[in-house]
Amino acid sequence: MTEDAPKTGWLARLKAGLQRSTSKLTEGIAAVFTKRKLDQAALGELEELLIAADLGPSTAALLTAEFGKTRFGKDVTDQEVKQALAESITAILAPCAAPLNVATAKPFVVLVVGVNGTGKTTTIGKLAQLYRAQGLKVMLAAGDTFRAAAISQLQIWGERTGCKVIAGAANGDAAALAFQALQQAQSDGTDLLLIDTAGRLHNKKDLMQELAKIARVVKKLVPEAPHATLLVLDATTGQNAHAQVEVFRELTQVTGLVVTKLDGSAKGGVLVALADRFKLPIHAIGVGEGANDLRPFRAEDFARSLMGVDEGGKAGSE
Amino acid sequence: MFDSLSSKLGGIFDRLTRRGNLTEDDVAEAMREVRVALLEADVALSVVKDFVAKVKERAVGQEVVRSVTPGQQVIKIVHDNMVELLGTQAEPLNFNVTPPAVIMMLGLQGSGKTTTSAKLAKRLTEVDRKKVLLASLDVQRPAAQEQLAVLAAQVGVACLPIVAGQDPVAIAKRALLTARNEVYDVVILDTAGRLSIDDALMAEAASVRDAVQPHESLLVVDAMTGQDAVNTATQFDQRVGVTGMVLTRIDGDARGGAALSMRAVTGKPIKFLGTGEKTESLEVYHPDRLANRILGMGDVVSLVEKAAATINQDDAQEMAEKFLSGKRFDFNDLAKQLQQMRKMGGLGGLMGLLPGIGKIKEQLKNANIDDKAIKRQEAIIQSMTPAERKNADLLQASRKRRIAKGAGVEVQDVNRLIKQFLEMQKMMKQMQKLGKGGFMRGMMPKMMGGDMAGLNKKG
Repeated sequence: MTEDAPKTGWLARLKAGLQRSTSKLTEGIAAVFTKRKLDQAALGELEELLIAADLGPSTAALLTAEFGKTRFGKDVTDQEVKQALAESITAILAPCAAPLNVATAKPFVVLVVGVNGTGKTTTIGKLAQLYRAQGLKVMLAAGDTFRAAAISQLQIWGERTGCKVIAGAANGDAAALAFQALQQAQSDGTDLLLIDTAGRLHNKKDLMQELAKIARVVKKLVPEAPHATLLVLDATTGQNAHAQVEVFRELTQVTGLVVTKLDGSAKGGVLVALADRFKLPIHAIGVGEGANDLRPFRAEDFARSLMGVDEGGKAGSE
Repeated sequence: MFDSLSSKLGGIFDRLTRRGNLTEDDVAEAMREVRVALLEADVALSVVKDFVAKVKERAVGQEVVRSVTPGQQVIKIVHDNMVELLGTQAEPLNFNVTPPAVIMMLGLQGSGKTTTSAKLAKRLTEVDRKKVLLASLDVQRPAAQEQLAVLAAQVGVACLPIVAGQDPVAIAKRALLTARNEVYDVVILDTAGRLSIDDALMAEAASVRDAVQPHESLLVVDAMTGQDAVNTATQFDQRVGVTGMVLTRIDGDARGGAALSMRAVTGKPIKFLGTGEKTESLEVYHPDRLANRILGMGDVVSLVEKAAATINQDDAQEMAEKFLSGKRFDFNDLAKQLQQMRKMGGLGGLMGLLPGIGKIKEQLKNANIDDKAIKRQEAIIQSMTPAERKNADLLQASRKRRIAKGAGVEVQDVNRLIKQFLEMQKMMKQMQKLGKGGFMRGMMPKMMGGDMAGLNKKG
């Protein structure tokens, strides 16, 4: 499996991943500003480049306007533009970079939610690996009773990471399973319980209510549970991520985000707009399919990778 | 489906419709909003620019000046261009080969390849009457092969037995051999999700391609995909070769701009749309209809087709005959109708297909219409005795109480259904009196699935 593959440094991976589109973006910027006067046309082109990175039209307009205010009419270089934009983006993202603190309760209950195919189960496997390595006793609950073989998938992750997996029958009641898992976690002295859920589109009302029910049911055992509800977002998602965060947050009290598939050519630029709008903590990013491919989210790294500032040997200083 | 873009463009053109003559400024303003709407819909920037420039060029000038209602003229130009961009006709899968036809499914992780493979297998089996073999080449994700096996069993399609430790090329060859020996018409190869920049996995996909020479390589793309859709489509096309695309999760509220961009950039047709979690939720892609839908014109053709496919022909025939023979409409007939409605995706599914409903739909959503109501009504009918179903006059208070108990509803719910039923019965009677003339033919498809049999005969 992939985890046996030789590991490369995570920054290198992220950079390599971002390379294709980043280089497109930065080449674009270079083409626009090889020392030229910052006029309206140049700003327009800059705005479009940000849009092409999934930042969304309004965030792109905002960043461009902010940038234009200070430099308008001046001669600027490509490097200055990248640097300045990376700084603006860092400023937006920095307040959101926060790891998930699971030490505040025992068992600490985490509900993992998201639309189909974003990587919830894989993320749970990685989280299990992360906290097991910190010496915590972790339990997994196979709450995705809908998708074929999702339970087996989580069980394999349980074996890989040495965690107990609580599973029921396929098509069973996810809320009942979560309840049972929490009971088990309490009696086992488990530190962390990670509850997987079936992927669901946020506009499916019934399915969203089902998710709310899981949260309600675990509260019967532990009123504060779930202590965290993680929304897993796919970095390839475009502006629909806004709707996802909005609805999941409203119905399941999402406490933080995990962004997956950042090792691909999509850059997750929508994250900048999300951070600005929702101010939700971004706990971690997924950069591969292996158990160790989960990284803490670092605002500056992300912003610099996005803008390609690190190109030219500066990466070594990180 | 594509609601948000529809309502956005709808809003812009509402304003245009209200104005008299279009100036160049008007068009420019509308185009600015079209641009933002398309960008927010995740249509790739380059595609948006081309699109807006083309529409603008056509909208400003003669065509607009000459037209009677300039707003409509602009809508038509936008529509025509969008259809042009989306491709002018549906392109079916290529089965014009010596069997087995090999279909390879490609895509990023989590785009819905495995689910789509099962849906496609079901469709090819049931609609196209093909003998299909499914095989999973996904040795990356834990339990992926098992997932396909479970789905295959669910849809009643054969699945290649799993041999642990085999690599994708070996599995693909084994699938092809099995298909030849056991005379399958189609082999669907589900591959592991891979990033377009993952050289090793892209090379692996290419070697599978070389080993089995697929007739169709379908790229499965999530409708929620952002600007990267263009990269993904281009990369997969260049490195593995793509013959068509499947757009999944368009039952979500993503505006689906990815469809427009991928089509525009690669020139490859979109062949299917994934419209839900159920195994039958796969539709043939019709570009012209999609453009209509984006522009808020609804999709009547899809509705009719869906109805025809879902409604059991015999049931429809029987009901039409019963109706024509002047027999009374009873609860059994109503139960059948309710069942058909549910099969067609419930009220929500039907609404989305109707024209002019875009704005109303928002309100309906808030009004809390839920499809469980249909199920509840079915339960009420199921709680009646056969005699009661045939004769509503039997339904006295004590019987109603028993029925309510049986269906787990209140007596007033039973009363409501009976009232509704009596109204329908009355209407049916009146229509029977009007005879078998044109009125019937016009009304029936709307009232019930009853005329579908006749409709199909014509077609």
